[in-house]
Amino acid sequence: MTSSANRLYGRLDDVSGDAGYRAHPQRVGFFTDTSVCIGCKACEVACKEWNGLPEPGPGDLALLGMSYDNTGALGADSWRHVAFVEQEVPASIGPLVAGPDGSLTLNLGQDGAGQDGAGQDGAGQDGAGQDGAGQDAAGSGSSATATRWLMSSDVCKHCTHAACLDVCPTGALVRTEFGTVIVQPDVCNGCAYCVSACPFGVIDRREDDGRAWKCTMCYDRLRGGLEPACAKACPTDSIQFGPLDELRATAQARLAELHEAGVSQARLYGADADDGIGGAGAFFLLLDRPEVYGLPPDPVVTTRDLPAMWRWAGLAAGVVAAGVAVAFTGRRR
Amino acid sequence: MTEQPQVPPAQFQSYYGRPILKVTRWREPHLPAYLFLGELSGATAVLGALAAATGRPRLARAGRLFAATAAYAGAGFLTAELGRPERFANMLRVAKPTSPMSMGSWILAAHSGLVTAAAASEVTGRLGRTGAVAGAAAALTGPLLATYPGVLLANTAVPAWHSGYRELPLLFAGGALTSAGAAGLAAVALGSSPAESGPAQRLALVGAAVESVAGFGLEHGLGVAGEPYREGDGGRLLRAARAMTLTGAVAAVAARRSRTAAATAAALLVGGGLCAKFAVLRAGVNSAADPKYVLATQAGQATGPAGRS
Repeated sequence: MTSSANRLYGRLDDVSGDAGYRAHPQRVGFFTDTSVCIGCKACEVACKEWNGLPEPGPGDLALLGMSYDNTGALGADSWRHVAFVEQEVPASIGPLVAGPDGSLTLNLGQDGAGQDGAGQDGAGQDGAGQDGAGQDAAGSGSSATATRWLMSSDVCKHCTHAACLDVCPTGALVRTEFGTVIVQPDVCNGCAYCVSACPFGVIDRREDDGRAWKCTMCYDRLRGGLEPACAKACPTDSIQFGPLDELRATAQARLAELHEAGVSQARLYGADADDGIGGAGAFFLLLDRPEVYGLPPDPVVTTRDLPAMWRWAGLAAGVVAAGVAVAFTGRRR
Repeated sequence: MTEQPQVPPAQFQSYYGRPILKVTRWREPHLPAYLFLGELSGATAVLGALAAATGRPRLARAGRLFAATAAYAGAGFLTAELGRPERFANMLRVAKPTSPMSMGSWILAAHSGLVTAAAASEVTGRLGRTGAVAGAAAALTGPLLATYPGVLLANTAVPAWHSGYRELPLLFAGGALTSAGAAGLAAVALGSSPAESGPAQRLALVGAAVESVAGFGLEHGLGVAGEPYREGDGGRLLRAARAMTLTGAVAAVAARRSRTAAATAAALLVGGGLCAKFAVLRAGVNSAADPKYVLATQAGQATGPAGRS
């Protein structure tokens, strides 16, 4: 079974075909370019409006008191979540200034040396291996700091290997012809297995309703040939929707542009088809480490280890049978 | 002035300390009770079958009745845990090897049917041959019912559960053996001759050993992901479970001479088994709630200070 490895883990180029669609449209996705996100939350509002999402539970309209983010996290009633990070960073990588053409320039802080510092940081431009901004502050030897804001509209990643879908015992979670992952509300019985399986903490159960809910990438709009509501509403094109292959190319070009401009911290997240989830259908361009935005740094779909898990459970079942059998051996009494 | 260290203590970064994962919706007492009852039903089904095969009718009867009762009680807790309990039957809508809950539902359905037939035959005295065949078949489904929940928990993103995929099924196997021992000892306390307590004693001893080894593995074999089994309420519960189980195993040795000792041993073994299941749930909850466990168990942390806390 050469295919089994790819069904549980690893690269998988035709995710809809693997799910059984013979003829299907191109896989679509989101590319969220956080470098142009202004934190306006139009995506959150548009998502709520289009999908008719209820307000969260009682008390959840309270202010969280940590930043301008009062949504807090993705959940059953929040399918887009704009993270808002305020951080102290070395003046050398201080606030980014967006030009009218969408390009970014750096506010260089108090001394020109900052520009060199920022450029040299770009030596390891693969992103994941880079030091976080906080570490730079500790190691730079310069005490000059600036405050910067990071904003990122988070969403379900529509993973190539989606743990929520794999563990769902009822078949309520399915892969669509577009390569996205949706819950069928008329099938879900609220077992909440998906809630614990998602490595991004996206899907959750709505307690008054009893079922699990998450982003559908506006499946109804896709069927009608429209782009999802959040992408439609985004005023800066931070949320881009389209065929995944094209978005990945766009993102690579954007990343190169930012590195060229000296934004060495820029990195793509979820764009690699060989990563632990086989690549995300919704991926991001981030300006700091993923965990700063509340994202897991290197998520791996749990089913990678599933064959080994079943083997250990089989062994343990053997221990039970053998243990009872042993108890009946020896002197009869 | 004393010299100050140049580099501040390593601190992991997170989004305002908020969890990366959703904390499980599985709750107390439903999940731990289901895990315990599954172990009990699974192991007592084997116990009943072997007791019948070796000519111990009282022990066979106790095993079959325990197996059926525990299967139904467990299914009850499982259903009550659903957000939409009236859709329980959707569990049998598909059969998916990638979903341990799907596999478990089929195992539970098959096992419940078999132990029901065996227990009904035992109680009514009818269809003895059918009951015996069903009881023997339940000796095959029982061990699977007892240990599949190890995969159920491990096949998640929860660090303490996923990292423990070798140890959890063995912990549940040990719990199954001790709970079957407790059932046998309870039968002794309630009327069987103490002289028939041999298998139950040996079950208690073997089970306690397996459970202790698996628990030790969870505590000390998982690195940072094992911390929730050592610290906090998860750690306290796991240590309490071990104390009760080991004490219960010692008490079981005295059960041949005393019904009181048998009853004490049974109570301690049940308490230890239940306590271990609560410990596993708490450890999972704690490891999902604190982003440091996610960061420490993912490769990205190797380049930064994330895993050192």
